[in-house]
Formats: sequence, structure tokens, C-alpha cells
Amino acid sequence: MLPTFLEALLKIALLIGGLMTAAAYLVLLERWIAAWVQDRLGPNRVGIPLTKIRLFGLGQPLADGGKFLFKGEFTPGLVDKWLFYLAPATIFVSAILVFAAIPFGSVLPADALPDSWGVTQPVHLLAAPGLDVGIVYIFALGSIAVYGVVLGGWASNNKYSFLGGLRSSAQLISYELPLGLGILGVVLAAGSLRLETIVSQQAAAGVWNVALQPLGFVVFCVAGFAEAGRLPFDLPEAEQELVGGYHTEYSGIKLMLYLVAEFLHMVTASFLIVILFLGGWHFWDLTDGLNGPGGVQVTWVVAVLRVMVLLVKVMAVILFFMLARWSWPRFRFDQLMDLGWKLMLPWGMVNLVAVAVCVEYGDVLAARVGLSPTAGTAAIGGIVLVLSWLVATLLDPTAGDNRPRREAVTPSFAPDSEEAPSP
Amino acid sequence: MKPDDQNIQWMEPPALGMTGRSYLLLFAQGLTTTLKHLFRRKITVQSPDERHVIPEPLIYRGVHRLNRDEQGRVKCVACFLCATACPAHCIDIVAAESPWPDREKYPQTFTIDELRCIYCGMCEEACPVDAIELTSLYDLSGKSREEMTFDKEKLLSVYDRTKEAEPTRTRGSGFRVQGSGLD
Repeated sequence: MLPTFLEALLKIALLIGGLMTAAAYLVLLERWIAAWVQDRLGPNRVGIPLTKIRLFGLGQPLADGGKFLFKGEFTPGLVDKWLFYLAPATIFVSAILVFAAIPFGSVLPADALPDSWGVTQPVHLLAAPGLDVGIVYIFALGSIAVYGVVLGGWASNNKYSFLGGLRSSAQLISYELPLGLGILGVVLAAGSLRLETIVSQQAAAGVWNVALQPLGFVVFCVAGFAEAGRLPFDLPEAEQELVGGYHTEYSGIKLMLYLVAEFLHMVTASFLIVILFLGGWHFWDLTDGLNGPGGVQVTWVVAVLRVMVLLVKVMAVILFFMLARWSWPRFRFDQLMDLGWKLMLPWGMVNLVAVAVCVEYGDVLAARVGLSPTAGTAAIGGIVLVLSWLVATLLDPTAGDNRPRREAVTPSFAPDSEEAPSP
Repeated sequence: MKPDDQNIQWMEPPALGMTGRSYLLLFAQGLTTTLKHLFRRKITVQSPDERHVIPEPLIYRGVHRLNRDEQGRVKCVACFLCATACPAHCIDIVAAESPWPDREKYPQTFTIDELRCIYCGMCEEACPVDAIELTSLYDLSGKSREEMTFDKEKLLSVYDRTKEAEPTRTRGSGFRVQGSGLD
């Protein structure tokens, strides 16, 4: 019997190693995509160190990491030292800890492992398999990430950092509501807070949540982008106007913690989008396993296929994240707030109500028009999406206009009291 | 700028139609533009493996050169017009009496500080005898400030390097040099 703590340690080592490597290579991918979209080639020089082999620039993450490690780490004189050191650690730790509850596959069957390990039960590909409130845990840790940003901005004792911190506290807290509403719809439909259960229910139904709750998907995606602080919602950083936002004053390894945490947020958001709405590891016949005597049998081939399917989906979402960065202009801050409070929040509520109606009366309504419950739910979801989008288009709640107008401007001086028109 | 200035014309952006307000079309437009560029041919020139091709070397403003005449002597007559025209004050000339009968003065030393130079081409414009010209050499580098101060010999050697590729641009000015074939 593999001791439980050893199993957990193995998974943690695998996760942290994988995540750090993934974050490093995602930086390279991000730079490549940025370059390709701008008709450039991107980093293609660094290969194997001390040789002339270039390998399309695949050695770049190593060089970047080394640069961060050996770069001078400067702490400005008037910062609040404690908070200044605490902030990057907070954001990094919370970003890493989230992955304890995120499954990166379904289960590994016991016969896939060597006999000498003495494993008899299928191994859950999840660092904390017993966690029944996985989604709440992720959500709670996601909120802690705000502290890293706010503390960093405050402790830096710098106007730009402070503005970045303020902006991000407003943005992250505003978008947590639609994020929560998006999650709530899925949780309501699945009846469970465990991500594994949510995935297996989608797999059992054969239909992903994106088809059943399209409006919830839109809300969750937009809120996920905003929570990850990615363009078009990158106002906390806003290099154009705030130098570097909350991490202006950071350098060296502390800056690296911030940047890695940002990429991990993106990875988390992608995992959540895939698990909650895009069926997780499910891809119909490819990952369904065999129907044996004791229910569904998962062979190790299927287990590996499930991991691959999940990772491919996550990769696709990450690619979309990176392309989105160059596709649409950024929001102004008042537009960002309008979008969050006037559009995403009502949409999330409408979605929640629609899901609740479907859960309660879905089969009755579907039977009346002669549809299966799943098809009925999908139809209701589609109608709700189209209707909400139409209403939003007609009412245009985000059309904020704060430009100065000639008639609204009061003259700062009166030219001549005789000639001045009487009010 | 005062907001109530009568000279300011206030423009209104065109109002968004239904397609714009629904954001769907704009969403698709943005994504297609990005995807199109993603697979387009890249324009990066991989220097130093590849060299950047300068389309018009004769009008490019790179490193200076001092031209020679047919007898291999420096063309310059040390009139100081280039040094006067130079907005960056990077040209330093010490004139001396000419050893040759066709001109009164010649530059004993002719120094250009390539680090101060802003490559505006005013010296080239000002020169009455087409002695100083800007070439298409653009990748100028050195390990010290002294190295980047080009003296007469170095400027003449730039001419020797570039004379085949970039012939002297003679414009025929009023200031004639005997035996130059311009009269």
C-alpha cells in the first residue's frame, strides 16, 4: 500500500514541476504568438546553452529564468518592507495552491502502476481527492490573490503602483460576482461542488455545459479574463499608462513570482473553463472507457487519453487567451466597471434563474414539446442567450460617455459683465 | 486649451449601429485580423545572418565618407560649410595651406564624431565640392568613444570601401574645382 502522504507528495511534486515548466514555456508561447500576430518571428535564437544549436528558441525560458535569478534585486528605500516582501509571496502561493483542487485527468487504474507499489485503488489525478468543496476552495484562493496585488501596490509607496493596486482591487472584486454566478449555474445543474463530479456528469450526459448554459459560459469566460488580469482587461497593469501597475517597483525574483502567478491565473482560468463548461477530460467515445461488469472500466489507455484530451482543451483555451490579447482594444476603466456591473452581473443572474427553472421543471417542459430533458435544457439555454444578448444590444447598458461637452462646460471666466448673457 | 474656445471644432464619433453594439461583428473582425496575421509571411530580417537590403543606397543617410578626386587626393577644400551647417557640431576641421595648385586650402585634419552626429545630411547638402557624403553603411559600432571619432584617413577609407557600390553624387555647383571636368 502506497502511503497516502507519499502519494500526495508525488502528485504535488509532479504538479509544481509541471506548472513551473508550463509557466516558463507559456511565456515563450505568449512571446511567439505576440510576434507572429505582429508579422515578426519572435524569440528563435536561444537553444542548448554553450552550443550553437538553436532549437527554434526553445531554450529561451531557461535564459529568462536565469536572468531573473541573477538580476539585481532592488528594494526601494521608502517601501513598507514587510508588506513588500509578503505581497509577491501571497499571490504566488495562492496561485499555486489553487491547483490542489484542480483535476488534471480522471483516475489512474491500479493495474497501470507497478505491482511493487502495492496500489489497489484507482489513483485520482488530483492532489486533494477528498476535497468535496473543490470549487469553493478555488474561489476562496482566487480572492486571496487580490491581496497580493493590493498589498504590492500599497507597499510600493509609488503613485503608479498605488493606482494599479486600486484599479485591480475594484476590478477583481467586481468580476468575482459574475464569476461566482457562472460557477453557481454549473453547481446548481450538477448538484455538487466537486470538479470531478461536474466533469463526470457532463460525460454521463454526453453534452457539455457550454451547450446547456451558453450564457453562463459567456459570463464565466469574460469574468475569467478579467480575474486573470489579461487583455482586454489588463487595467491593473496597464503598461501604457501605469508603467507596470502594481509591480512597478518590483525586480528580480519577486517580479518573477508576480509574472509566474499571472500566468498561473491564466492557466487556472483555462482549466476552470474547460472543466466547468467544456466537458473536462470528456470527448465522447475516445474517453468513455469500457462498460464492464462493475460499471465503467477505465483502462490505463483511456486514463492517458483523458489526460491528453483535458490538456489539449486547456491548451486551446490558453491559445484563445493569447490571441484575444491582440484582437480587441482595451476597455476604459468606466467601461470595464459598466460591463461588470451592468451586463455581466444581470446576465449571470438570468442564467442562474434559467438553470434553476431547467433543473426544477426542465423535464416537464421538455416532455410537453416532445424533447428529451437535455435537448430541452439546451434549447432553453440557447433562447436565453439570444434574448439576453438582444436585450443588451437594444438597451446598451455599457454605453458610458464621460467626454466633456461644449454646452456642459461652464466658462472659467466672465469676459464682460455687460455682454455676458443673463443666466 | 480651454474647453470653451470658439476655435475648437467639436467632433462626434459616429454612433454605433446594432452590429457594433452587439459586439459580435467586432468580435469576429478582431479575431479574423489576428488569425490572418498569425499565418502571414514574417517580415523580420534575421541580422546578422541576413543583411537588411537598403532599397535606395544613394539617398540613405548612414556613415560619412570623404570623397577622393581622380588623383586620389581628398576632394575637400576646407571651406567649413559643412561644419557650419552641422546642427550637432560634430565636424571638426583644421585647415592648412594646400600643397596642390588647384585650391588654396585643404583639411589637415577632418574629424567627425559619429556619436554626436544625428545623420541629418546637412553637411552633404552644404558641401560645394561634393566632398562629404553619407553612405548606406548603417551598422556602425565600436568599443570606445575614441573609436567612434572618425578622422580623415578613416573617412577616406570609407570612401574606398563604398566607391564601387555608391558612386559619387556630383551635382555640379557654382564652386568649381579645376580639372574636375565640371566646367
